[in-house]
Amino acid sequence: MSNRVTSSMLYLDNVHVAFDGFKAINGLSMILEPGEMRAIIGPNGAGKTTMMDIITGKTAPDEGDVWFDGKHDLITYDESAIATMGIGRKFQKPTVFESHTLEDNLLLAMSGRRSIKTMLLDPGGKAEAQRMNEIFDTIRLGERRKDFAADLSHGQKQWLEIGMLLAQDPKLLLVDEPVAGMTDAETEETARLLREIARDHTVVVVEHDMDFIRDLDVKVTCLHEGAVLAEGQLDSVSADQRVIDVYLGR
Amino acid sequence: MTSFNTATGPGRGTWISVATITLLAIAIAIANLGFPPDSALHVPDYAVALLGKFLCYAMLAVSLNLVWGYCGILSLGHSAFFALGGYAMGMYLMRQIGTRGVYGNPVLPDFMVFLNYKELPWFWYGFDQFWFAALMAMFVPGLLAFVFGWLAFRSRVSGVYLSIITQAMTYALLLAFFRNDMGFGGNNGLTDFKDILGFDIQTRETRAALFATSAIFLCLFLVITALVTRSRFGKLMIATRDAESRTRFLGYRPEKVKLFVWTLSAVMAGIAGALYVPQVGIINPGEFAPANSIEVVIWTAVGGRGTIIGPVIGAFLVNGGKSWFTGLFPEVWLFVLGALFVLTTLFLPKGVIGTLREGWIAKRGIRTSKHLEDGELALPKPQPQAAE
Repeated sequence: MSNRVTSSMLYLDNVHVAFDGFKAINGLSMILEPGEMRAIIGPNGAGKTTMMDIITGKTAPDEGDVWFDGKHDLITYDESAIATMGIGRKFQKPTVFESHTLEDNLLLAMSGRRSIKTMLLDPGGKAEAQRMNEIFDTIRLGERRKDFAADLSHGQKQWLEIGMLLAQDPKLLLVDEPVAGMTDAETEETARLLREIARDHTVVVVEHDMDFIRDLDVKVTCLHEGAVLAEGQLDSVSADQRVIDVYLGR
Repeated sequence: MTSFNTATGPGRGTWISVATITLLAIAIAIANLGFPPDSALHVPDYAVALLGKFLCYAMLAVSLNLVWGYCGILSLGHSAFFALGGYAMGMYLMRQIGTRGVYGNPVLPDFMVFLNYKELPWFWYGFDQFWFAALMAMFVPGLLAFVFGWLAFRSRVSGVYLSIITQAMTYALLLAFFRNDMGFGGNNGLTDFKDILGFDIQTRETRAALFATSAIFLCLFLVITALVTRSRFGKLMIATRDAESRTRFLGYRPEKVKLFVWTLSAVMAGIAGALYVPQVGIINPGEFAPANSIEVVIWTAVGGRGTIIGPVIGAFLVNGGKSWFTGLFPEVWLFVLGALFVLTTLFLPKGVIGTLREGWIAKRGIRTSKHLEDGELALPKPQPQAAE
């Protein structure tokens, strides 16, 4: 493809955002290659969630470039358009549709039909039922498919939301704090789930839990005050004196 | 268990409701026309007129429920669409009077002669044709809703702000229609109707036919509600109601969802108004009063928003109560209505039907738990709650 600006899946260059003078993102640059899984760490207020807001079109940057899949300038699109392009997001607080069943949650997330006419008239097909079964197998919530999402535990809601991401079949998945509030067993299960997903998707995971990140065994980017502080394998990043200082609050 | 079907069509509850309404309507029509007034089975004419009016109110509540109950848009201006539909029908009925008016003018309605109109205003053209008036009864409310909704939803106006501007919309129309030079009869509105489709509007047969037509349209509305809300689009409506911004990140455009439902609902309200006017014999700007729209919200809340039949039950219960109360203690009715809304909000937030349905599900839940104790189903592992 000749019209590609870069070969990377996600390309952020010198991005700045300020809220009432507070510089949430301050010269952030990051490149993510197709098929890569990246963990983002950083203390509170480092700009992790704001970064996701920028990528998904919720917040517009004051300056800088944000390119997706080498050809889409994300700054010119809104949330729906970006989601349709192939960026899926799991929020920090699990946001599933509580008054719908698990099946309906996946059905709504399922890629494809988005026009009012097809949604009114076209019943689901076999291919969708097949995909739904595969997703339920992956997230291991098959027995609860007819239950309402409101009745799930916190950890199960996180998995359902990851399942919704899979149903969307995005090229890039943004996963914000997937193991917050989970038990150790659930955390392990989530790490397994994400590694499985990372086999055929590009994934960005924001997380505080270091054991979980060690479990994922991927390249780590540490953010601080809206910019990249250190990047590399977890051991080298966590040995970096500046990272230690930031985490210990010095 | 691999089968699931999204466009399931109306469920059993809807068909039972439709059948019940149809049977009751037929029974009432027969009891009114077929039995002499001294018979024990006779339903008096005034009761038919009253129930016909209630059927139109029920249609209005069903239309509000579609936007409020399923899509979370609390409209405090739905009476505006109802009144516009009513005015379209009223204009047709005025043109049917012809030379039988007080002034005997074959073209101009009485109020225009009285106000020294020399010729018919352009927006009255075509209203001598029933099909045109019927079309306008749907088109005008639909157009207003489309323009209003396009502006409001695109700017992401929602919640209480949207409710307030719907209220302002109906109030603005109230003031506009009060003006004599609007050409809609001003304060007095449109009345003294004679014929509809060539039938004398005063006869029992015509009234029974209007009553039956209202019942048919109410059933149609219930089926439409069921079809829309049970389709995949309906699931999206509910998702929009509960977590609008989340739907954007799935690639949906909630403003389009809302605009479609909002416009559909306004068209339904317009039809309800068009059936209401020939049965009550008058349409005046009072129908735009903000309080009317709020009453519709109360009917829907009492019956159960987000349920198919709830708004119908609510409209009949509250209006039945109103007829009874205003006969006995006219001065306390508004207090009763207010108390009803407060009590419903506090103790029956899901309304009569919603609460009954919940009770039924809870009962089924107890049965499920019993199965669980008997070891028939796999018990899900207890999970810790999030520390948020």
